[in-house]
Amino acid sequence: MKILVAVKRVVDYNVKVRAKADGTGVETANVKMSMNPFDEIAVEEAVRLQEAGKAKEIVAVSLGVAACQDTIRTALAMGADRGILVETDAELQPLAVAKLLKAVVEKEKPDLVILGKQAIDDDANQTGQMLAALLGWPQGTFASKVDIDAGAINVTREIDGGLETVALKSPAVVTTDLRLNEPRFVKLPNIMKAKKKPLDVLKPADLGVDVAPRLITLKVQEPPKRQAGIKVDTVAALVDKLRNEAHVI
Amino acid sequence: MSILVIAEHDNAVLKAATLNTITAATQLGSDIAILVAGHGCGAVAEAAAKVVGVKKVLLADAPYYAHQLAENVAALVVGLAGGYTHILAPATAAGKNMLPRVAALLDVAQISDIVKVESVNTFVRPIYAGNVLATVQSKDPVKVITVRGTAFPAATATGGFAVVETVAPAADAGVSSFVGQQLTKSDRPELTAARTIVSGGRGMGNGENFKLLEDVADKLGAAVGASRAAVDAGFVPNDYQVGQTGKVVAPDLYIAVGISGAIQHLAGMKDSKVIVAINKDEEAPIFQVADYGLVADLFAAVPEMSKELDKLKAA
Repeated sequence: MKILVAVKRVVDYNVKVRAKADGTGVETANVKMSMNPFDEIAVEEAVRLQEAGKAKEIVAVSLGVAACQDTIRTALAMGADRGILVETDAELQPLAVAKLLKAVVEKEKPDLVILGKQAIDDDANQTGQMLAALLGWPQGTFASKVDIDAGAINVTREIDGGLETVALKSPAVVTTDLRLNEPRFVKLPNIMKAKKKPLDVLKPADLGVDVAPRLITLKVQEPPKRQAGIKVDTVAALVDKLRNEAHVI
Repeated sequence: MSILVIAEHDNAVLKAATLNTITAATQLGSDIAILVAGHGCGAVAEAAAKVVGVKKVLLADAPYYAHQLAENVAALVVGLAGGYTHILAPATAAGKNMLPRVAALLDVAQISDIVKVESVNTFVRPIYAGNVLATVQSKDPVKVITVRGTAFPAATATGGFAVVETVAPAADAGVSSFVGQQLTKSDRPELTAARTIVSGGRGMGNGENFKLLEDVADKLGAAVGASRAAVDAGFVPNDYQVGQTGKVVAPDLYIAVGISGAIQHLAGMKDSKVIVAINKDEEAPIFQVADYGLVADLFAAVPEMSKELDKLKAA
């Protein structure tokens, strides 16, 4: 089985993001960038499948500016075999990303594509589902467990009431949820090795995809800040406040 | 404007999130149809027909819609999409799973998790865990949208009288099938619909200690939630998780117990009306958003709270 993993370069999850004063976007200058945490889980899952003898090759794909090469190198250091960057300075929205990934899938012909369920920057939660739809493939989204046996892919999904398991025919798309695995720490020798792994660079035009945005961002602003309230000294005082001041119990 | 709302249901009951989505639809126009796709789900269609604001109910019944597999439901929606200017679904696990497929097949963008309708093509949605709100305008002919339930009041569930129209199911895609499910059983209210929520974090120490919270929750008629840390540690099931990637809630009262208050957790609860934090670490970030903070050992404070609530009841 060949696995393709999509990885996105995003503002690190520990950074407190701020809107730019002119409302055109968020402040990304001098901000730490990292691989989207859900995509790390996707890479980890692919590597575990390979270690279990279920996958032969893992290709890590990223889309965006040249610096996304760093994100791909991280995936290679975790255990992916080679990388592909679709390089562009243009803003890429989920539909465009799904179309670009579809074109890469058609070239690479993987049996399974694993992506994070959402990126922690735009919080869209769309790309995996869109890719599956464009390919006409089944999808196992929000996965907390992936079992592969003789071409059948069983995915346990985190849903609102608990868990659900679906069986997918290969080829398929899986998107990861938090409990799927705990990504490994990358060791220094693997970072060195990753530098020697192949990484191809393509352009959206090479793939024949129009990436023009469909949504225009008119304004980006911070929501009104919630003010800290008061500290109470005792449980009795707390219950009294909730009853007689806030009127919520 | 002609709007199609995708109903969320379990073949027996129309889920509350649908009602919030219908309210968002009424802000776009008055020509509102609601699609109930399922198996043996006539009762859901009847319930949908009574929701105030709904003009028409489309009922698609087939065995392969029983578990709302995204591949099959999306194909059905795409087949019905002609003539609609907007297609809306609740931003629940089911809506998030299915609707992007519809958008991709229609070759349009999806606008995820909207919290405000500015106009028929302009919407506000949170990004970066709700630290920032983006106002976006769609250039597409059809607007495909998921709606954050807590941002819109529920439509009135009874009093309307829409017509129920049966529509032919689309073909079974045959690429996926339902194997099974493990649903958390609880007599408490659903997290996203509860007026009061008692949530526990890593500070609870283990799953057994959540009984302390359940005791208080039952006295308040509250739902029980958790932070990601508590779910990752295996204290409680995944469907308890409140946060950026879990459930987004906005109850009248949110009591955070042993929760430090990571950005990702705040994203899921900071629109609550009143927030209470109980934590022994007075530096915990949760206190910066709490209306009432109590710096205390939760293992003493929570049982004491339970007793105080008994006193209120007796009084």
